[in-house]
Amino acid sequence: MKKIRCALIGSGNIGTDLIYKIQRSEFLEPVWMVGIDPESEGLTRAAAMGLKTTHEGIDGLLPHVLEDGIQIAFDATSAYVHAENSRKLNELGVMMIDLTPAAIGPLCVPPVNLKQHAEKVEMNVNMISCAGQATIPIVSAVSRIQGVEYAEIIASLSSKSIGPGTRANLDEFTYTTSNAIEVVGGAKKGKALAIINPAEPPMIMRNTIYCLTEGEPDEEKITASVLAMIKEVQKYVPGYKLVNGPSFEGNKVAVFMEVEGLGDYLPKYAGNLDIMTAAATRTAEMFAEEILAGKIQLNPVEVAS
Amino acid sequence: MSDLSGRKVILHDMCLRDGMHAKREQIPVEQMVKVATALDDAGMPYIQVTHGAGLGGNSLQHGFALASNEEYIEAVASRMKQAVVSVLLLPGLGTMKELRSAYDSGARSVHVATHCTEADTSPQHIACARELGMDTTGFLMMSHLSDAASLAQEAKKMESYGANTVYITDSAGFMLPEDVTQRITALRDILKPETEIGFHGHHNMGLGISNSIAAIAAGASRIDGSVAGLGAGAGNTPLEVFIAVCERMGIETGVDLFKTMDIADEIIFPMMDHIVRVDKDSLTLGYAGVYSTFLLHAKRAAERFGVPARDILVELGRKKMIGGQEDMIQDTAMTMAKQRGLLKQSF
Repeated sequence: MKKIRCALIGSGNIGTDLIYKIQRSEFLEPVWMVGIDPESEGLTRAAAMGLKTTHEGIDGLLPHVLEDGIQIAFDATSAYVHAENSRKLNELGVMMIDLTPAAIGPLCVPPVNLKQHAEKVEMNVNMISCAGQATIPIVSAVSRIQGVEYAEIIASLSSKSIGPGTRANLDEFTYTTSNAIEVVGGAKKGKALAIINPAEPPMIMRNTIYCLTEGEPDEEKITASVLAMIKEVQKYVPGYKLVNGPSFEGNKVAVFMEVEGLGDYLPKYAGNLDIMTAAATRTAEMFAEEILAGKIQLNPVEVAS
Repeated sequence: MSDLSGRKVILHDMCLRDGMHAKREQIPVEQMVKVATALDDAGMPYIQVTHGAGLGGNSLQHGFALASNEEYIEAVASRMKQAVVSVLLLPGLGTMKELRSAYDSGARSVHVATHCTEADTSPQHIACARELGMDTTGFLMMSHLSDAASLAQEAKKMESYGANTVYITDSAGFMLPEDVTQRITALRDILKPETEIGFHGHHNMGLGISNSIAAIAAGASRIDGSVAGLGAGAGNTPLEVFIAVCERMGIETGVDLFKTMDIADEIIFPMMDHIVRVDKDSLTLGYAGVYSTFLLHAKRAAERFGVPARDILVELGRKKMIGGQEDMIQDTAMTMAKQRGLLKQSF
């Protein structure tokens, strides 16, 4: 069966984990890996896994986009270079899945709003952050039942799973996630907290979601909605598990989640890596299915002059 | 007089920030101003204010204070004659936006705090504080969990981002004086001579004062504490006691001892909701090496789920939970309550 050919930009933890996810996909094929350091482990591994590689950044990829039929690219670099990467690839008709906190395109959490984006043929969609992917489905599960005045999420991440890019730019993570809790999660106000825990053996990613509902929470309906949403996420992240809750205290709803990864590139504790790459892959697959079925067509984006 | 006679030390009072934990974040603005002006009058050079969790602290995770951080900072800073107002910033909770806003409100010093192995989450915030011209401290929390050599490497990173002071922070009140000596010595060996070293203790094992003296002996020149010890757990190093010890040893703090004693007895002690002291729960924090702020959260979870606070704290220590993971207290209490047949699974 024909597959949509993909390029991966950024050879760090996320880019490398994406190779595994995409290689298993029915609809996607990883063809190129773009890095900036010829010595990087990510590029070496990508080459060993059969991908074409360049260490010359995005410009090393551009001449090959058309001849290699690249239609979807995943950007796992940084918020600072993403806009430029996206512009250059969109011009060539390549759709961009953004895994940086740049968030220049619409924000996407697959079980919440992926369908909408595919219907609109967006050329750039943003995956928010690992914490966003792990918590916004729950916020949305509450807000679709009852208004949410305020939602707050706490993501605990193992130190070993957080790369240097995220560490050096922690504020971008906080801003992007807080905003997405409102825009995608449906809370009137959102706040995101991140904790990096160095415990050995590394702790599995944990997420706590608090929602303050408008009026007294409908415990039965909210519990059913949260459990249904967890099943949706488990379709692409099997290790997405409820540990405690939903627990109700006044108008506060608390849900305590754990995300165990598949252990593709980093071990299973790095559920944060998995939920991000799995959500990105799921998003790309949705677009790929539509392209392969002839329902949508990607067109080059003209540059505004 | 002692070998330390003539050494100069800069004191930093925490009762209006760390003390907020012990007051469940409920210190009114007027009371904060009253304490701060009295401390200013006693010659306290640095006074830290705001929510116990610092900038961005107002949250379900850490509680909501009676006023915004900006309101606290402005009210206090506008009344200071000589004291510098400082704030706490934990990357991942607070952001540069909040730091700039704190600066605009009058804060001129900041503790940028990370867990002791995660200094590289602080470069943006330390650089931003320096750009603003603030007195900038890198604050290595839960330092008992890491060895001296590793801490020195983390301290070096913070210095490279621009911190002019780096602290060893005994958030759990776990360290013994020799632990402090080793860690401060390792920092002094590796940091530039102009970079200052500080120590922030908790009194959970009753060692706040002796640990701070050990820090000074090993090269520290800044000490955090709080008058009457108002702070998380069994409180911070009680500053009125510490100043008295310093005077006996000939260490110069520049802070008036009798005035500080009066503030402790007449203003701070009457403010306490519970007597901040070493009791079985705060001692458990120190003994098990648990983050001091967890204390009151654990007591609340104990009441709600019927699992003793001490059991919850020991389990949190075993699971190596760190500062900021207060949500895991309820989670742990619920899991323990299920195991003990006190709580039904909701799914």
